[in-house]
Amino acid sequence: MKTDDLISALSRDARRTGPSVHGRLALALGVGAVAAFALLVATIGIRPDIAAASRTMLFDLKILLVATLAVAAVALVRAAARPEADLPKAVLLVPALLVLFGIGHEVATQLPAALPMRLVGKNWGVCLVAIPLLGALPLAAILTAMSAAAPRNATLAGALSGLAAGAIAATFYGLHCTDDSPLFVATWYSIAIAMLAAAGAAIGRRVLAW
Amino acid sequence: MRAGLAGDEGAYARLLRELTPFLRTLARSGLARAGRSTAEAEDIVQDVLIAIHTRRSSWIPTEPLVPWVRAILKHKLIDFLRRRGTVGHIDIDSFAEVIAAPTEEPGIATRDVVKLAENLPSGQKAVIRAMFVDGHNTQETATALKMSEGAVRVSLHRGLAGLAKMLRGSI
Repeated sequence: MKTDDLISALSRDARRTGPSVHGRLALALGVGAVAAFALLVATIGIRPDIAAASRTMLFDLKILLVATLAVAAVALVRAAARPEADLPKAVLLVPALLVLFGIGHEVATQLPAALPMRLVGKNWGVCLVAIPLLGALPLAAILTAMSAAAPRNATLAGALSGLAAGAIAATFYGLHCTDDSPLFVATWYSIAIAMLAAAGAAIGRRVLAW
Repeated sequence: MRAGLAGDEGAYARLLRELTPFLRTLARSGLARAGRSTAEAEDIVQDVLIAIHTRRSSWIPTEPLVPWVRAILKHKLIDFLRRRGTVGHIDIDSFAEVIAAPTEEPGIATRDVVKLAENLPSGQKAVIRAMFVDGHNTQETATALKMSEGAVRVSLHRGLAGLAKMLRGSI
């Protein structure tokens, strides 16, 4: 086939263009976040002592930690959508430093005997089920938007989509969960978010390749 | 490209035509560097043109276009070499200078995209054949196939997306 004929045919398809991939991602994140929050409120709900909890340092640190992880993951997904962009990996430093600060604070202020109990907490089972379920819709929305993208590495782009969906879900789940210990968050939230990242990688490998 | 994204067919066709010699040069030097015959360069050029088209919303209009085009080409070239069993590092930034662009090109690929179109649903196949083989424009295709122009555009769009998918499996 002649390249010139191909160009003629491609140019006749020029009219059907939607918003850029960043526009699609913004819409997907908005829809996904609203859906996850609505699902949280409709099912397990927000913890009753939210007003008192929000004045404690550990609760604020927990929410700040997962929220900064969500922002960092979104920045990574936006870069992964473009073939020519390098991933701004440094954005992960903020949530990483917050985790280290939280664990350091916990070890410094708690009795050593209390640490294992704070790590296991009360809600780890709920956490491992709720975060992946709350994150499923955001993940589907992000992957749908990413299907217009041109990622260099489809598996990585899928994993980052899962990371973003997981961090968004974890931020909302944090409003329900009464375990505020950074040890608990660093362990169980991470496992739950990693489950979504693994799911995103497995799906991304298939649907984001081009 | 901006005009193309806004739906200006003429500007979009001009852009793709102007990009093609650049793509051809890069594809040839990439193949030469990997120790492969440059005869297959046109296959890569056509693959890249289809990828530019189907992935054009991944270009952010406020960013420069050339790095994006280079990245698309690099991705397709690596993909092509991997499928052909050549592994190696490709440094796309330095090879543009290595080989001068040949001025005259037959511009015909060794692999026939139209043959691949045989596997498309019949409506899309008919539209692709009318436009690629018979060289009809949208209006002529619509008349010949007794379809509305809108339906021709939809079939063309889906057909091209289907071809892009099949190309991934064919090379």
